[in-house]
Amino acid sequence: MTIVNFTPVSALIGGALIGLAATAMWWLLGRIAGVSGILGNAIGARGIDLMWRVAFIAGLLSAGAIATIAFPESVHFTMDVGYAGAVIAGLLVGIGTSLSGGCTSGHGVCGVSRLSARSLIATGTFMASGFLTVYVARHLL
Amino acid sequence: MRRVLAAFIGGGLFGAGLIISQMSNPAKVIGFLDLSGQWDPSLAFVMAGAVAVFALGYRFALRRSSPLFDKNFVMSEKVNVDKTLISGSLLFGLGWGLAGLCPGPAIVSSSFGDSRVWMFMAAMLAGMGLIRLIQHRNNG
Repeated sequence: MTIVNFTPVSALIGGALIGLAATAMWWLLGRIAGVSGILGNAIGARGIDLMWRVAFIAGLLSAGAIATIAFPESVHFTMDVGYAGAVIAGLLVGIGTSLSGGCTSGHGVCGVSRLSARSLIATGTFMASGFLTVYVARHLL
Repeated sequence: MRRVLAAFIGGGLFGAGLIISQMSNPAKVIGFLDLSGQWDPSLAFVMAGAVAVFALGYRFALRRSSPLFDKNFVMSEKVNVDKTLISGSLLFGLGWGLAGLCPGPAIVSSSFGDSRVWMFMAAMLAGMGLIRLIQHRNNG
């Protein structure tokens, strides 16, 4: 195996920012910064519960918009699937994260940080599933 | 109102972290998930950085009995490792590996203008709504 495209410094800085964002959500709002839960549980939410969820999502969208406008050279986006692949993958991600109660942020970052057994097992499982999927999709099919 | 503002800033910081670390680029994520031949370990460093900061921040916040802007710390009360956790994680990993997108990066990259991400988002929301509908019916 050879190592390619490795960007350890920006990875650590970006990761630390994600940890800081999660700390702000927990310290200020008492909420876990799990994106699938914040988004999914906005369905049917009302009042302030709906508002903070929408505000968090608006923050994510704004980060993307500001980067696109102000720092276009920082935005890299390459996706290999077409519309059908995007729809199938989106459905699987929506169904999977709703069943398991979290994604890369809720289980992978927040749950692993507090050594939750459910999150450690979920993270190991979706990582293994991701590795296997890429192996099959890119090297066997 | 301050809760709404704090959540907006939290989302903005989170998004900035995803963009700086390039996790909002599906090719970068696939580069990590593709172990055969050429490998990009960056995603592991993103997680390590985030976990290191939140492991400290999580404990720091719990020195108070409540969060600054609300009454209670809210967290999942589930402790059991069950079939739903495993099957859900397997399905999530399958979708993640196919497109290279998970929920956070999908929302951030919705602003980049590629309509395939909007289709992914619509399908993801439909999947989230479907499971909640089924769970709601089973509980009611």
